[in-house]
Amino acid sequence: MRFYEYESRRIVEQAGIPVTEYGFAKTGTEAREAAGRIGGPTVIKSQVLTGGRMKAGGVKFADTPEEAEAHAEQILKLEIGGHMPVGVLVDPKAEVEHEYYAAVLWDGRAKRPMMLFSDMGGIDIEQVAEDHPDHVGRGHLSNLHPIPDFRAKEVIAAAGGLTGRELTRATPILASLARLQRDYDMTLAEINPLARLSDGSFVALDAHMEMEDEAVGRHQRVLTEIGVELDQPRELYEPSDFERNVKAIDDADHRGVIQGKDHGFVGDLGLVIGAGGGSLTLTDAVRSQGGKPANYAEIGGNPSVAKSKGLAMEVLKKDGVEKIAVMMSIVSNTRVDIVARGVIAACLEMGRDPAETIAVFRIPGAWEEEGAKILGKYGVEFRDRGTSMWEAAGEAVEKVQGGAGS
Amino acid sequence: MPERDAIFIGIVVDDSIAGDAEMASKLEEVCPVDIYADADGKVEIVDENVDECVLCELCIQAAPPGKVVVKKLYDGTELKR
Repeated sequence: MRFYEYESRRIVEQAGIPVTEYGFAKTGTEAREAAGRIGGPTVIKSQVLTGGRMKAGGVKFADTPEEAEAHAEQILKLEIGGHMPVGVLVDPKAEVEHEYYAAVLWDGRAKRPMMLFSDMGGIDIEQVAEDHPDHVGRGHLSNLHPIPDFRAKEVIAAAGGLTGRELTRATPILASLARLQRDYDMTLAEINPLARLSDGSFVALDAHMEMEDEAVGRHQRVLTEIGVELDQPRELYEPSDFERNVKAIDDADHRGVIQGKDHGFVGDLGLVIGAGGGSLTLTDAVRSQGGKPANYAEIGGNPSVAKSKGLAMEVLKKDGVEKIAVMMSIVSNTRVDIVARGVIAACLEMGRDPAETIAVFRIPGAWEEEGAKILGKYGVEFRDRGTSMWEAAGEAVEKVQGGAGS
Repeated sequence: MPERDAIFIGIVVDDSIAGDAEMASKLEEVCPVDIYADADGKVEIVDENVDECVLCELCIQAAPPGKVVVKKLYDGTELKR
């Protein structure tokens, strides 16, 4: 669950991290009142869950409360990237001496939270990490043990730029952010920029928080306290044609289950995969061996031939897909021969040679002897449990990268 | 003789039972993937479902010996009794 900027600000504030005075407004009048309370020049920011606000005109500067009201009224009517704002955030135009970056995120590979700090804040941290790796400090945290301040201090010090009193002042901010990340099950808790003001104090000027979806129920009380409307849809998700078509095929036939996702996938190897965690494992196995999956899929529960064929055809229709890998873990409730018929039929209907199109077929389990016979007739080699999922994925990657004839 | 060859599966129903209303009803009832339909008392093979055959042999058992044959076109063998 992704939070709006104003919600993230409240979360950060609740965690004891200093923030500048700010106001959330749903009308121009409320924005004027907030700007009057803050005093001095302000920044009016659209509250949408999408990037590119500045470029789209969703961030404006105001010298007076009246100007803040006028800007807020304009911004509240402005759609950005298909999103209408839920309000505006009114911030003071702070006099900043230096901007830093602080974040704690869930490192899925290490299965532990990781702290990040940089003395080059306010810009894209990934770019900083690439261009100036010596300006980024990193450090993992325990999932169980209390989070000590000295770990935060080490990470800040490793980024360079802060020493002495400044280092001492910044340390509790990163440590608090780390506790916030763990206490609230955040997959990302980011402050960017963390500003050092002329008096030497640090304040969070902007924050970005994302909570693990499954944890939302556990934190209802605190979410309600900070004004999060739990029944409000967060992110608009527009399914792709591939996703829509796969769902329609699945809905039309009660036998078995197929699912397909392709948001964020740009690759040449189509995946027809499934079985008890097999899809995730196999997608990772393909990627780990340098392959580029064109999609994610799940197939199981003994689908019909038509359903298997439908999924395979949708995968094969995707731009750039040269071959498909048909792979599952070990199946007991899905028949190998039925899936084999489906994927072969898909190739034939699309005028493609199954032997050239199916990079690998690795589904050990029920009716595998029959499946092997079907595949054999069309020149596709059957891989049973003697070939691991890793090996099957590697074979598929090698075939697709080796060219159509391999 | 009703006979259909799809890609993977072929079905043959002998002429002697093809017009039998009781057999048409029985075959429609037993097939789990709707390969047979009772068309006004005659056995009809539903083309689009032939390749869905799960090789359960219920149709073969429901019909008199030798009157329904399921052909596995991918290996040239037949299921019958």
